[in-house]
Amino acid sequence: MLAFTLRRAIQAIGVMIAVGIIAFSMFRFAGDPVNQMVGMDTSGAERAAIRKSLGLDDPVIVQFGRYIGNAAQFKFGVSYQFRLPVTNLLIERMPATLELAICATIFAMVSGILMGVYSALRRDSWLAHVFQAVSLIGISLPTFLIGVLMIYLFSVTLGWLPSFGRGDVVHIGWWTTGLLTLTGLKALIMPSITLGLFQMTLIMRLVRAEMLEVMRTDYIRFARARGLTTRAIHFGHALRNTLVPVITVAGLQFGSVIAFAIITETVFQWPGMGLLFVQAVQNVDIPIMAAYLMMVSLIFVTINLVVDILYTIVDPRLRSTVSQAH
Amino acid sequence: MSEAVVPHPTEKRPAAAPGWFRRALDSDLFYSFRRSKITMIAAGVTLLFFLVAIFASALSVQNPFDPAQLQLMNSRISPLWTADGQSPFLLGTDEQGRDVLSAILYGLRISLLVGVLGVVLSGAIGILLGLTAGYFGGAVDGLIMRIADVQLSFPAILIALLINGIAKSVFGNKLDEMSMLAVLVFAIGLSFWVQYARTVRGSVLVEKNKDYVAAAQLIGLPAPVIMLRHVLPNTTGPVLVIATINLALAIITEATLSFLGSGMPETMPSLGTLIRIGNGYLFAGEWWIVAFPGLALAALILSINLLGDWLRDALNPKLR
Amino acid sequence: MTEPVLSVRNLQVEFAARRGTLRAIDGVSFDIAKGEVLGVVGESGAGKSVTGLAVIGLIDPPGRIAGGEIRLAGLRIDNLPPEEMRRVRGKRIGMIFQDPLTSLNPLYKVGDQIVETIRTHLNLSESAARRRAIDLLAEVGIPAPEKRIDGYPHEFSGGMRQRVVIALAICAEPELIIADEPTTALDVSVQAQIISLIKRLGRDHGTAVMLVTHDMGVIAETSDRVAVMYAGRVAEIGPVQDVVKNPLHPYAKGLMGAIPTLAGEDKRLVQIPGSMPRLSAIPRGCSFNPRCASAFDRCRVDRPEPLSRGTQSVACHLYDTAPAETAA
Repeated sequence: MLAFTLRRAIQAIGVMIAVGIIAFSMFRFAGDPVNQMVGMDTSGAERAAIRKSLGLDDPVIVQFGRYIGNAAQFKFGVSYQFRLPVTNLLIERMPATLELAICATIFAMVSGILMGVYSALRRDSWLAHVFQAVSLIGISLPTFLIGVLMIYLFSVTLGWLPSFGRGDVVHIGWWTTGLLTLTGLKALIMPSITLGLFQMTLIMRLVRAEMLEVMRTDYIRFARARGLTTRAIHFGHALRNTLVPVITVAGLQFGSVIAFAIITETVFQWPGMGLLFVQAVQNVDIPIMAAYLMMVSLIFVTINLVVDILYTIVDPRLRSTVSQAH
Repeated sequence: MSEAVVPHPTEKRPAAAPGWFRRALDSDLFYSFRRSKITMIAAGVTLLFFLVAIFASALSVQNPFDPAQLQLMNSRISPLWTADGQSPFLLGTDEQGRDVLSAILYGLRISLLVGVLGVVLSGAIGILLGLTAGYFGGAVDGLIMRIADVQLSFPAILIALLINGIAKSVFGNKLDEMSMLAVLVFAIGLSFWVQYARTVRGSVLVEKNKDYVAAAQLIGLPAPVIMLRHVLPNTTGPVLVIATINLALAIITEATLSFLGSGMPETMPSLGTLIRIGNGYLFAGEWWIVAFPGLALAALILSINLLGDWLRDALNPKLR
Repeated sequence: MTEPVLSVRNLQVEFAARRGTLRAIDGVSFDIAKGEVLGVVGESGAGKSVTGLAVIGLIDPPGRIAGGEIRLAGLRIDNLPPEEMRRVRGKRIGMIFQDPLTSLNPLYKVGDQIVETIRTHLNLSESAARRRAIDLLAEVGIPAPEKRIDGYPHEFSGGMRQRVVIALAICAEPELIIADEPTTALDVSVQAQIISLIKRLGRDHGTAVMLVTHDMGVIAETSDRVAVMYAGRVAEIGPVQDVVKNPLHPYAKGLMGAIPTLAGEDKRLVQIPGSMPRLSAIPRGCSFNPRCASAFDRCRVDRPEPLSRGTQSVACHLYDTAPAETAA
């Protein structure tokens, strides 16, 4: 178990170093950092001074080492556009993104599992067909189009929900939350649904397929032969066995949710990391792009690791084979 | 006599044969017909989209890319069937007096062009890398497949955005329309190659150990050439399925990039750009500027997805 | 004689297929008395397992019980509402399936699965149910049951798992146990243990057992009576000694001839030519007639009904017209 975790951790570090190389290359070679930082009229001597102060004259490998060393301390340099440390900019916007991503994931999990279970248990009911149609739409409609559609319906036409921003937020230390105010909660609804819709479709299809698969297994037949109640069979046995792969997928998807938040945040002008990233891409603010890439990768890798460990806890078979194997 | 023999599984008893056979045929035909009906509609819609995109200039009342043809006095006209509608602007006009229908037709052309070229490029990259990885094996294989693994865990849109940003940084922020189109194709090509590479690599690994490769080498034929001749036909089905599904994904990606402001500029809008433009007028009540491009995009992607699903079921390759 | 525990009369089970309805069970009748073991034998596809599933009410759509009746201690159970039938399953009828490796839910401790079943059917507290579960595990021969109760299924060997499955089947003292090929998936050395366990449990608790298997050897060893099934019908039924020593139905004869014996090593094993028809192509008349050496004209037209011959009952025209002379 420990060896397994350790091996996964080493793999994760490997991935992070690879991403670090990409981020560094972007920073160092995609355009001249000095040109981005100074005006047109800066003299050659001044440029050289800045070059030197940034350490751009050192050997590449030294620069890379320094970049990784700084990154490990969450220092990603200064934004070209805002003239502020990138780390501060990201930290400031992280709560917004995480809150949105978590709400979207909860929405996706709850509705996806409910819809999936229902369509598996009542395969031929009209509602199951409706769910299937919804899932097709969820996969075919681009996220931003869904967002625009919802804004038109709920903000423009009905005027129920705000079309942009987070509403009022409460500061708890460095964290800001919209969960404690009414306007904050209202502002969360549409972005969460928009962001979660694709994952919901995914989870629903997965739950349905897995559940149908599980319902065909011998142990479900045997559970029925033991005279267990339908409820115990469906929700005790079938659902629990279904949820093992679903947890994995949903967990792994959380990273994608954060990345996909780029689109949702743009549609709803949600002041999160994604919006910052999109603006950075438009303004060629390489330090922010590189830092965002590193941050998202870190989240990805951490989640992968956690899910791997979680998986072994949920599934006893894996737990013992893993411990036996090492 | 015929009753005395043991009925063979595939043999039908003579008396029952015609009725059974016809019923089976009918029911199977009915099944496939019912299933392919949706597919046929999807195919028809997709074809229609491609045709109107190709003949956009003939079908449009104006060239929406040509500022000289746009007149500000024609701006913000609502669709023809509404009270304020004006001929010839069937679906209304936008802020700059651009005919929405013409803009959709031309935008469709851009979207499809980027999508198709992106799919072709990603296919070429993926097949090439897959062949390389499978044929050489060892460290080369390890490197390519590791990159594939890492890339696969990131959403394509993020990679496309990054590539987009880097391109802007390298070539400067102000790219002309055609360069932007090329950047988009390039970004999509680099974002979607992994699935092809995996499929092709798998097929190469299967073929590699077969006797004919050794035999070909014995008679002095270069093994790579022989393998190519066998591997490529074997992977046609899966590659075609991936390509169809990826076409929808590529179009979504282009539209998303354009919507985010990192894609086609407003002077040469794709469907995504049109939705971005229209989104700004939503609150003013000018819904048609965003609704029709959105509808066109949704219908296009839905049709291609349905085609892809059908193709996957029909060819039934082991994807995933 | 007292009322049989299980009484099946003229049972018919149909499966709706795309090309019409397939009749998997066509007019099967038999009884099982208290404490009796009835072996049901036949080739795969003969309808043995479907009969077992029909009795316990687990025929899933597109299949359905199309006719006949099933009585459990006099109570008709083939048409019970689902919820009442659910209460019969596990409580009054226990079932053992073929593959112990897949019969247990891998995510639950075996003890939890037993306790869950006990508490579904008996009004016991959690701790009382747990004590009972330990007793059951001990009874089916699992060593150190108070420790093993907290193990997961994958921590048990195949034979041990089948013992757990048996414990689950008997945990509410059912009147009838249906064992569907309980030993097929096990090692030969373990098979004998499981068979004797089932036999012992039946004897100790007075439980009626319906033992479904394709293995005539297992039947000869355990059963009191045997029903030979062919193509969804009972070809012959009777006390196991009589059927083994003096099979009447040509198919049963073939089946007994196919058992290797230690005594008659010089005899060649008899083969039955051909294979059982598929459900979609069951021949007219006697379904065995294409493979039968003694078939005559009537066999190709008329479907034989069961005839009583001493202790045995046989569905064959050979015994209809002139019983005394044709019985070979």
